[in-house]
Amino acid sequence: MTYEPPHAGDDRTPSDPEDAADQPLDTMAASDAVRDEVRMDLSGGGVSATTAGGLWRTAGREIIRKKSAIIGMALLSVLLILAVFAPIIAPYDPNQVLFDQGVSPRDPPCIHLFGCDEEKSQHILGIDGNGRDYFSRIVYGARVSLLAAFVAVLFAMFWGTIVGLIAGFFGGWADNVLMRIMDVLLSFPSLLLAIAVVTVLGPGLINAILAIAIVTIPQYARIVRSSVLSIREQEYVAADQALGVGRWRLLAHRIFPNTLTPLIVIATLGIATAVLEIASLSFLGLGVQPPTPEWGSMLAAERNQVFTAPHLVFFAGLMIMWNVLGFNLLGDGLRDAIDPRLGR
Amino acid sequence: MGRFLLRRFISSIPVIIGILALVFALARMIPGDPCRAALGERATDEICDAYNERYGLNDPIYVQFAIYLGDVATGDLGESFRFGVPVTDLLIQRLPTTIELAAAALFLAVIVGIPLGIVSAYRHNSKTDVATMIGANIGVAMPVFWLGLMLQYVFAVFLRDTPLALPPSGKLDAGLIPVPFYEAWGLPVNGFMEFLSEFTIMNALVTFQWEIFQSAVLHLILPAVALATIPMAIVARMTRSSLLDVLGLDYIRTARAKGLRERLVVLKHGLRNAMLPVVTIIGLSFGLLLGGAILTETIFNLAGVGKTLFDAITSRDYTVVQGFTLVVAISFVIVNLIVDLIYTYLDPRVRVS
Repeated sequence: MTYEPPHAGDDRTPSDPEDAADQPLDTMAASDAVRDEVRMDLSGGGVSATTAGGLWRTAGREIIRKKSAIIGMALLSVLLILAVFAPIIAPYDPNQVLFDQGVSPRDPPCIHLFGCDEEKSQHILGIDGNGRDYFSRIVYGARVSLLAAFVAVLFAMFWGTIVGLIAGFFGGWADNVLMRIMDVLLSFPSLLLAIAVVTVLGPGLINAILAIAIVTIPQYARIVRSSVLSIREQEYVAADQALGVGRWRLLAHRIFPNTLTPLIVIATLGIATAVLEIASLSFLGLGVQPPTPEWGSMLAAERNQVFTAPHLVFFAGLMIMWNVLGFNLLGDGLRDAIDPRLGR
Repeated sequence: MGRFLLRRFISSIPVIIGILALVFALARMIPGDPCRAALGERATDEICDAYNERYGLNDPIYVQFAIYLGDVATGDLGESFRFGVPVTDLLIQRLPTTIELAAAALFLAVIVGIPLGIVSAYRHNSKTDVATMIGANIGVAMPVFWLGLMLQYVFAVFLRDTPLALPPSGKLDAGLIPVPFYEAWGLPVNGFMEFLSEFTIMNALVTFQWEIFQSAVLHLILPAVALATIPMAIVARMTRSSLLDVLGLDYIRTARAKGLRERLVVLKHGLRNAMLPVVTIIGLSFGLLLGGAILTETIFNLAGVGKTLFDAITSRDYTVVQGFTLVVAISFVIVNLIVDLIYTYLDPRVRVS
């Protein structure tokens, strides 16, 4: 039996990525005391600086060796291909009603290769309740799912970074006010707050994206802030200050680039959460509205038919899982590659 | 210790005020005139003037907020437009279902997740470990609503005529009406008694209504499993990584060197310290549970907080949305507070720093 020492890897990260440690999904709401403790228990390692280029090159090499990252990338590539080439892959228009072609609602899958009657038209995942080709809708659903989650995370990351930079760098009352607001946002279960926000904004894809983004801003703000706090104490920052480098320049050229590492890891994992939450909102009828093909709302439309046509529920959910799994694995791999201390 | 607790308690007050302000603001930001939303077709200008006057909607916003704070402090969360009953009464009826569901799910998550994590860490990189971690990764990725529907299909349709068949929805078999314990015991009724009696399983247990107890437990299994999956996966992963960290520390080597049995080293020396982050993650999972409860209750047709909240949103019953959101958020804060207390108890270093 062999045990790896916990801090086997060398400390190559220039910042403070412990928040990216084993705190999956949106579970970042502990009080500061607890979080600091968790951080301490998980890392305990010191912080040292290397050049960003070196880190990324190492990370690139590492990530190719990580099984989870490779599987994650493979899963996501499939989705990306589906999304980009949807018009070529999908045999039908996702919104085309096919009743005039001899199908009936919720026909089970018909695949010629597996002995389905050649006379019938081929629908490899069957027909949905409105007579549309289910496979085509699944394919087009990849577009919405990927894009929506990506935009939501980008938005949250942008505002979270701004809040975190200001709070961490300037400290004082700005820090206090901003982080207390973040605490309030974090004190709601994220799906509940997202639902509340969509209630105010009204249902729809854009509003669902906004809601998910608003709800996740605090995660990014906290990570950026804690990175900034540790980077601010670094000697190279002190050196710049001694040389008379201005505050904004310091912030933009010294501090911000070094917060990116943990941020990207968290964002990758955050996309996974966003995929799930957008699907959840759509499932509840608050996100993507029919007839747009989106997995969550497709599932909702057929959920009462689960006993008679389970395939219409099964595949949509499988795709959501596929997507979430892809981003989670990629995020895990990325984290391990960037922060070798946590790699195992 | 006492001072730490007090400080921690006081620091959550601004958060609670923030929650109140946010919930209040969200309710005011909902598009549309509250009067027309409430009265619908019947709303005329005169009626609406009277309505706004009566509910203080013409007052300045800070006065309204102050009145709202006063109402909340006295337990008055307004009246549901849809049901015509006070929101507090609805909470009394619906909260226990959710607590029962969340508690069952949390229990499952801990009772399965921690042992899996321990085995995984101890047999690091073994087949068991790899299988558990693949399972955990899939578990975290599964949408709750999908898992719920699939469980319904498997256990109510696929396994219909086998002993493994489970009821797919509702809280009890049709026709079963539980007798509240206060009636069985001839006690006077009040809100709190009613609240307690809504814990169907506990109520059936203390009043020996076995048929109801059995039915309630069977109905709870599928939703609890659906809701437990994500926290279970998270707990297993956290236990594993935390235990792996701890098992590499010097004091574990010392314990091994002095010849302690491996079992004792891992379970007593190792696990105790490894549990700290796990406790945190369990507390944090509570938020996931509450969010997941909205989806789970909707799918399994359980009249809990989540389903009521969702129904209230779709039917624009805003006082219910406001009241329920508030209660859920505040209970989340309280749970975090409790987690901190447990943490402080487990790890004295927190108190010192």
